[in-house]
Parts: sequence; structure tokens; C-alpha cells
Amino acid sequence: MDHRPQAWGRPRDDIYGAYDASYLQTSGPKTATQSPVVTGTSVIAIKFKDGIVMAADNLASYGSLARFTDVKRLRTFLDTSVVGFGGDVSDMQFLDRHLKELAIDEAYEHNDDQQQQDDDDSHHKSTPGTALNAANLHKYLQKLMYRRRNDFDPLWNQILVGGLDAARKPFLASVDLRGTAFTSPSLATGFGAALAQPIMRRYAATDEDAARLTREQAVDVVKECMKVLFYRDARSLDRYSIAVVTKDGVELSEDEQLERQSWAFAERIRGYGTQTV
Amino acid sequence: MAAMFSQNPLMNGPNYSFNDSPRTSAPEGAREHRFDPYTDNGGSTLAIAGADFTIMAGDTRLTSGYSINSRHHPKLFKIGGTTADQKDATIVLSVVGFAADGEALKERLDAICKMYRYRHGKPMSVKACAQRLSTILYQKRFFPYYAYAILGGLDEEGKGAVYSYDPVGSYEREQCRAGGAAASLIMPFLDNQVNFKNQYIPNSGEGHALQERERRPLSRNEVEVLVKDAFDGAVERHIEVGDGLQMMVITKDGIEEILMPLKRD
Amino acid sequence: MPGFDFSNYNRNAALHARGVPLPKATSTGTTIVGCIYDGGVVIAADTRATSGPIVADKNCEKLHYIAPNIWCAGAGTAADTEFTTALISSQLELHSLSTGRKPRVVTCMTMLKQHLFRYQGYVGAYLVVAGVDPTGTHLFTVHAHGSTDKLPYVTMGSGSLAAMSVFETQWRAQLTRDDAVKLCADAIEAGIWNDLGSGSNVDVAVITPEKTTLMRNYIRPNERTQKLGSYAFPKGTTAVLNEKIIRKEEIGKYVSVLELTEESDDKMEVDT
Repeated sequence: MDHRPQAWGRPRDDIYGAYDASYLQTSGPKTATQSPVVTGTSVIAIKFKDGIVMAADNLASYGSLARFTDVKRLRTFLDTSVVGFGGDVSDMQFLDRHLKELAIDEAYEHNDDQQQQDDDDSHHKSTPGTALNAANLHKYLQKLMYRRRNDFDPLWNQILVGGLDAARKPFLASVDLRGTAFTSPSLATGFGAALAQPIMRRYAATDEDAARLTREQAVDVVKECMKVLFYRDARSLDRYSIAVVTKDGVELSEDEQLERQSWAFAERIRGYGTQTV
Repeated sequence: MAAMFSQNPLMNGPNYSFNDSPRTSAPEGAREHRFDPYTDNGGSTLAIAGADFTIMAGDTRLTSGYSINSRHHPKLFKIGGTTADQKDATIVLSVVGFAADGEALKERLDAICKMYRYRHGKPMSVKACAQRLSTILYQKRFFPYYAYAILGGLDEEGKGAVYSYDPVGSYEREQCRAGGAAASLIMPFLDNQVNFKNQYIPNSGEGHALQERERRPLSRNEVEVLVKDAFDGAVERHIEVGDGLQMMVITKDGIEEILMPLKRD
Repeated sequence: MPGFDFSNYNRNAALHARGVPLPKATSTGTTIVGCIYDGGVVIAADTRATSGPIVADKNCEKLHYIAPNIWCAGAGTAADTEFTTALISSQLELHSLSTGRKPRVVTCMTMLKQHLFRYQGYVGAYLVVAGVDPTGTHLFTVHAHGSTDKLPYVTMGSGSLAAMSVFETQWRAQLTRDDAVKLCADAIEAGIWNDLGSGSNVDVAVITPEKTTLMRNYIRPNERTQKLGSYAFPKGTTAVLNEKIIRKEEIGKYVSVLELTEESDDKMEVDT
């Protein structure tokens, strides 16, 4: 037994273990700890000849509970880009709200119909083709996410941004809760990074490969990936959203159903070990 | 078992009062997710200074854990040009470590160099830029940029210059430096092949009297070969290095960029 | 027989708390797969062994022999996969000898799971067990904690999801031998390219009622690139600081020498 004054009144370490004094701390820096609560799983996307295809299922999980089964995790931006969200759903909705505001501001600034009049009207200076494209939007979101991580108040999402860049080439990039951003011919968040990426990389290992893919091929690959994800991701759903972005705009379908599933292998399974019947 | 939690300072280190006991002792698994603002995105970089050139190199793989995020994510950046494509830049920065911090660091330094150029009507010298980069890093001493930076360019006399940094701004001008995941694999190779460490002139003496092989500046071609071989070696033995090799050669005529494939497994 | 001996646990925990690092085991952060086809079973593995982020062995063997007709692909702690398979292989051989019957895959799988369960996951062997015996073709996975699974196609290791993506898109019932080999090799390749824990070459084993064919390095997609420079040093480049020559005659100064006579009893068998 320790009889020194500083040990008086303390629970004995040899019985209770070292005391966790962090619970007593009243001063010190505020640690804005948070963790995702209602979450969405993978988002996947691939580039093709004239654009990108992106998909995400319509499930929002609450831990292992399939809580909301009709949540749309893809959103369009200015009808030129699409953003897919994985991770915390409330943070997604915050970003959705934020992007909506941004889109409205952008539409005011760079209304294409108004452009012609603006050229004559010297009061209003706005050059054509300067509305936020997918590359700009991605950079914007990256800065936003990085700022939030610096404030120790992260938005707990992994985001894919797809569309066209300033040169009107297909653009696809990712940003996560720490502001880490990167691009690739195909991208996937969460479980999809392990399961769907190997499939998509078979078709689009490089940008050159992706530039040879047709729209139909790209859609087929993405649908195949969604099927594999449904087979093997326990937090996934067979209803999903899929978006195709080309120079003609965004085509977003939010209530797709997985087709042609195959459970044929299950038929011959008997038990897990020595069982034969 | 009791000995582990003994209050005997000899057995258990110093005892703490409530106030200064470490705050790390939260019960295990009490919080599922504690936000960690850092990750390691792997990869490796390398820089060698020659007589009238500097070669910077880095692989282009971006990883997290056991998965590859991107096979083409550059770690080399031209700094302080006046245009978006940086075609009149004179300095190259390489960053490796946490990619988001690396990019933030790059953008800060680039903005500062651009401002300098705008105000003074001339590009920043590498020496000045190197000192500034150190300051930028130290400014975030208590929430550091988790990035190992190397700065390369030509000094006032036109000689190759390489400056290497630790994440909080300690820096030094060097002949060569490897950074990142495979630094410990590449650096000994560089010591031996660039600075001729552990190389002696055969039959030039006995034991300690043996003469060291004299250092000489390497030619551009020799350095390019060293860089490629160093990375091929690193790819063989480090899982986070691979996919592509990005090289930038800085000469008085500008910056030349070279891309080469590396193994993708 | 007792289970794991935990008597050093407290000592190790205390040492660890004082900054003594735990020893790092070589692990085969691996891709291994198996697939049944009409007429046999195929298992395959990559050949990379890692220790943290460092490649410890670029061409290791992860397909282990159990019996002539039973083979095992192993992921997890390299030593554990090596020794558990060797141990079970030996026990199975003795069992086969005493019963006078061919070893069965279920027997092997049961012995493995019972052994691993006893060690509560501390023996880190994750295995794909495959074989053909008089009762038919079998394919199992055995986890380190002792659970097993029986499926027509299986994957394990850090590249298991990459490999599974191949099976889930390309597998079908009624495969031929060549189909199954191709499918398994493709699955391993998915692991090699997409999982950092896996790499180098593809090993494949095909087990049929007649025989087992081990195809070591079936695919080698990662040959080392040729070095561009020459790293041959002239003789004498390394400094010799001191030199000491020990002749055979004076070796007695350093070790005790025992002369063996022709008639001595402790002659080694090989000398006869």
C-alpha cells in the first residue's frame, strides 16, 4: 500500500488499475470528437470516352441496422457535375445544403441565357464558361474538407466528384474527411475500394483505356460492381442510384434495382464442415 | 499482475498527481472513432544535385493502408511560376507523407513565391525559397504539416542545390537526399553511389591509411540512371512504392519532366 | 494437452509499456484462393511475404503439402501457417498409416480447426484446405479462431476482396480444369495488382483423384527490371582494417578437436 500524501483518497491502482484522470479534466483544449452515426457505404465511379458514370446504393445504415432504405447519395451540381457521398449522412446533408446555395449563387453569376445580354451590358462583368466545372467543384470541396480537418471538426465523408474539366475532358476525383484528394480513371470509396476497384481497373487501368470505353460499357461495368458489392458488403442494398455525366448534362436515375443476380452457387452448399446433408 | 500497477516508482516510473497524469489513459475501446487528422499516404522521393543541374524524383503511387488510391498522383511540383502550367518556374518542391498536408504546403509556398515574383519582378532564389519554406513549416510547429519536403533548384552560381526538411522546418543543403517510405532503403545506396561512401582506392594504403575514392560531380545521365535504379530497387522491397516514376530535371534552360513506368504489384 | 502458455504475458506487457517493441513476425499479407471444378479442385496463391511495409520474400511458397492428395494455402503469420500445416500433415500421415486408409480432407480440416480453436486465434493461421479423397472433392477455409467454411470458391488474406471480385463476376457452375485454373490465377492477379500485401508471382496447384499437379510460378508477371547502371566494384574497394589468418594446424587454439578413429562406435550412418 502506498502511503504517500499524493496517493491519499485515490482508488488503489493495484486493484482498480491506473486511474483515468482525463475524466476529471475541466480545463484544457476542447476536443471536438465525433464519429459517424448514420452512414452510407460505397460510392463507385468510372470514366469513359465522353464522360463518367457514378453509382451509390440508396441505403443509410445506423450501425448494423439498415435504417433508411431510400436515401439518395448522388447529387447533381449545376447540371454539369455529380457528387457522390459515402460516410456520415448528416454531414452529407449539410454539404448538400451548402452545395445547393453555391449552385444558386453560381447560376446567378453565370447564367448562360443571360450571357448574351451581359456581353452588351458592360455593368455586369462575367465571362462565358466560367461557372464552376467538376474540377473546380472538386477543388472547392477539397479546401472545405481540409479546412474542417484543420479545425478538428471534420465532415465525416468520402466524396467522389465527376463531370468535365475546363478542357471539357472527363473528370473524376475523390476527397475524404482529411482533405486528401486524388484522381484516377476509376474510383471507389469504402468497401468499394477493395471490391469494386479491381473490377473497374480491369476495364480502365489508365486514362487511355478509359477513353476507349463506350457509355454502355461503362454503365455495364458499374452495374456489375454494384451487384458484387451487394453480394459481399453487408451494409449495402440492391436499390441504387446511377448517374451519367457527359457534355450534354447529367442523367441521374435514383431508383434502380439490381438485375440478374445469381445465387446458383448456394444450391450445392451443405453445412460448413463435415456435414453432408 | 499487481506489480504492473505498483505504486513503487522504481517499478512503475514516476507517480503522477491528478493534474499531470497523462490523458492518454482512456479505457480501451471506449471511443470507437477518435478523429486522427493524419494518415500516411506512402511513396518515396529523391533528389540529387549535380554541377549545373538538379534532378528530383518521386514515385506516383498514393496509398492508404493496403490499398492503392491512385496510380498517378504526382509528388513533384514546380514552384513560383507566373502561369497556371508553371512553365517559367525555376524551383521544384517534392513532398511525401500525408498527401493533404503536402498539397497544402505546396500551395502555400507557391503562393508566396508568386507574390515575391510579382513584387520584385524576379523569381525567388532557391536559397531564399528554402529559408521561407523552413519558416512555413515551423509556423505550424504544434500542428505540423506531416510532410517530408525536399526543395531543388539552381543556386546563384548556377550549381545544383538540394534542400531537405523535416516536418517542423529543420533544414539543410545537401548533395542528395531520399525521403518518404523507402528513404531508409535508398539513402545508403545514394551515400555509396553519389558521395562514394565506403569506397576506397584499391592498394592506396594500409587499413585506416587507405585513401577514400575522390568525389566528383556526376553527369546528368549518370544521375538519371542512379535514380531509376534506386526506385527499381525500392519497388522490389517496399510495398508502398511503385506504379510510376516522375522525374524533374532542373537546368538553366528550364525544367524538364520525365515519366517512366514502375512495377504495379 | 494444455493450450497457450500465457505465463509471460504480464512480463511482455510490462516490457512493452516501457518501450520495448514487440517482435515483428513475418506475415504473408496474402491473396489465396480455391475453386472446385468438375473433376477436382484448384488452389492458388501469390508469392509475396511481408514484414510491415517491407517485402521479406519476393517468391515464397504459400501452398503447403498436407498429404499427396491434400494441399493447403496459407495466409497470416508465416511461421504459424508453416508449422500448423506441417504438424497436421504429420499427424494425418500417422493416422493414415494406423488406419490403413487414405487421408481425408474432412479429417485434415477437423484437426486444423480443433488445433486452432485451442489456441484462440493466437496461432495466426488462415488456411484454404483443398483435396480429393475417396469421398469426393473438397474445399474448405479455416480461420485462425477455428471456424470453417465450405464453399465452391473461396478466398483469404488481405487480397481476399480483390480476389473475390473476380469470382463473383466470373465464376459459374460446371467449370473445366483449364477454366478453374484460369479463374484462380486471375483472382490471384487481382490481389497482386490491387492489394499491397500481395505481389510477385502466381502459384497454382490442381488436385484430381489421380494426382496433384503443383505449378510453381505458373504466372510471373513481375520479373525484376534490369538495372541500368553497373554496381561492380574494383577489388580492394572495401577497406581492410585488420586481417587475421587462422591455419588449420592451429585451430585447436579456438575449438576443441576430437579425433575420430575408424573403430569408434559413434560413427555416423552416412560414413558407412
